[in-house]
Amino acid sequence: MNAISAVSENTAFNVARWRADFPLLAEQVYDKPLVFLDSAASAQKPQSVIDAVSYCYEHEYANIHRGVYWLSQKSTEAYEQARVKVQGFINAASEREIVFTKGTTEAINLVASSYGGSELQAGDEIILSHLEHHANIVPWQLLRQRIGIEIKVAPIDEQGNFLLEEFEKLLSPRTRLVAITHGSNALGTIPPVDDIIRLSHARGALVLLDGAQAVVHGPVDVQALDVDFYAFSGHKLYGPSGIGVLYGKADLLKAMPPYQGGGDMIKSVTFEKTEFADIPGRFEAGTPHIAGAYGLSAAIDYVSAIGMSNIARHEQELLSYATARLQEINSLRLIGTADNKAGIVSFELDGVHAHDIGTILDREGIAVRVGHHCAQPLMERFNITGTVRASFGLYNNKADIDALVAALGAVREIFD
Amino acid sequence: MSALRELYQEVILDHGKTPRNFGKPEHVTSESNGHNPLCGDTVTIYLEVKEGIVEDVGFEGRGCAISIASASMMTEVLRGKSVKEIGAMFKRFHHLVTDDDADTEGGFAGDFGGEDFEKLTVLSGVKEFPMRVKCATLAWHTMQAALKGDDQEVSTE
Ligand SMILES: Cc1ncc(COP(=O)(O)O)c(C=O)c1O
Repeated sequence: MNAISAVSENTAFNVARWRADFPLLAEQVYDKPLVFLDSAASAQKPQSVIDAVSYCYEHEYANIHRGVYWLSQKSTEAYEQARVKVQGFINAASEREIVFTKGTTEAINLVASSYGGSELQAGDEIILSHLEHHANIVPWQLLRQRIGIEIKVAPIDEQGNFLLEEFEKLLSPRTRLVAITHGSNALGTIPPVDDIIRLSHARGALVLLDGAQAVVHGPVDVQALDVDFYAFSGHKLYGPSGIGVLYGKADLLKAMPPYQGGGDMIKSVTFEKTEFADIPGRFEAGTPHIAGAYGLSAAIDYVSAIGMSNIARHEQELLSYATARLQEINSLRLIGTADNKAGIVSFELDGVHAHDIGTILDREGIAVRVGHHCAQPLMERFNITGTVRASFGLYNNKADIDALVAALGAVREIFD
Repeated sequence: MSALRELYQEVILDHGKTPRNFGKPEHVTSESNGHNPLCGDTVTIYLEVKEGIVEDVGFEGRGCAISIASASMMTEVLRGKSVKEIGAMFKRFHHLVTDDDADTEGGFAGDFGGEDFEKLTVLSGVKEFPMRVKCATLAWHTMQAALKGDDQEVSTE
């Protein structure tokens, strides 16, 4: 008993320190202290990330891979160091397996367009799940329009658990690719990705994981997972928006044609023929988000210093606390109570539309996401149009959840 | 009154919970669907129009308290009005929920809708909530499309 309370006191102490690293969290809205519970949409930034971006613009900014002058050399080095930083963070075998993109969405589109467009044929099958964000649905539908692949959807149960046995039944000799979320943004469900990858590989199918949520909530090791493609965004990882990552196994990336054409992705261009650059440059046409790479690098330093496992433990504690507190409210129904979840709670209140709840919470200074969370097929699965979603970042504490619960009381007062 | 109480007045909550004229009337001459892709709210407006006059009106839909209440209250003021008058009322309503001087005497909006329009003024609290204006105007836009015989779905985006 003593040991447990010592640990959680310690956590509370740590969280207060972490929280102080995020200047925006000191803001007031409508004269009330901000309670930020929407990190799954985009996380706030620690001072070190803000400083890294400013440092780039104030001291080292120039276009990369182009200039022979000092500044360009500096920014090129920093950009490439960020790549190495990402490699270490997800334990990729080589920094050449790290492609910088705009974010998760572009990373998935890249795979669908380049890998899908060149390797898949009419009648080939891919498997998604019912949990997917639109970013991991629509690119595959575009590919279906282009070449006529079949899309199958792995189901979930009423709690939002991924149904592994049902998934296994969908695997067929024609399955070429399985694209599944590593953490649902709407329900928090973490599917059994180890099993999914093992089963898929046994049938000769590749696996892409949408790591937009998962990479934020715990350690990710792409080699241990043996995953073929992994996509995530900088902005949910306390870094800048406009930069994200596609990890791909080197052999796969090497065999893939370019995604977009332009500067920076070529070896030589004549009007007759262009020789494309090696990986990862082949997939990075045009001037990228240079300062974003500085920021992403700083964000990875920041979460690594705290430790992804510590962040995961803290968020799990918040998740248990929030789940228990919300269940005390009679008219509240949690949507998504899977066995394995990240720090996300989605819910409905009897007779009150999510939008109205969002507006009332907002006036209490509480930022939550309301609506379909870019996962309309998932909402339909539960026969609802949307939920209220509170999602936790490393800076959230129990007082934030208490504030949410109190404000839900205010909602009831207005509506009853 | 706090902005929230102003928005969620009793009348509005009442219309939100027990909407009037909910359902499809017997004789429908035109109908239209509206959709707010941001929140997934939908509304269908049914009209019976004879010789330029709205004889009957009903609606169906799914949405927040503001959008349902606004649709419900709208259906209460349309019967017996001419298409032209309704167009002017919509302008006035739009002004009411977006602009601060909606109530000023002799403002551009004029007195279209008369006493009936007064009933709608409880919705003026919406103007303090710019993100919610579309909830209040969805039914009106959709009704206008139905009047024009426009069968394209109306979208707030
Ligand atoms: C699970 C999941 N996938 C994909 C995305 C898309 O990420 P982005 O908008 O950064 O490309 C998100 C973010 O909303 C997400 O939560």
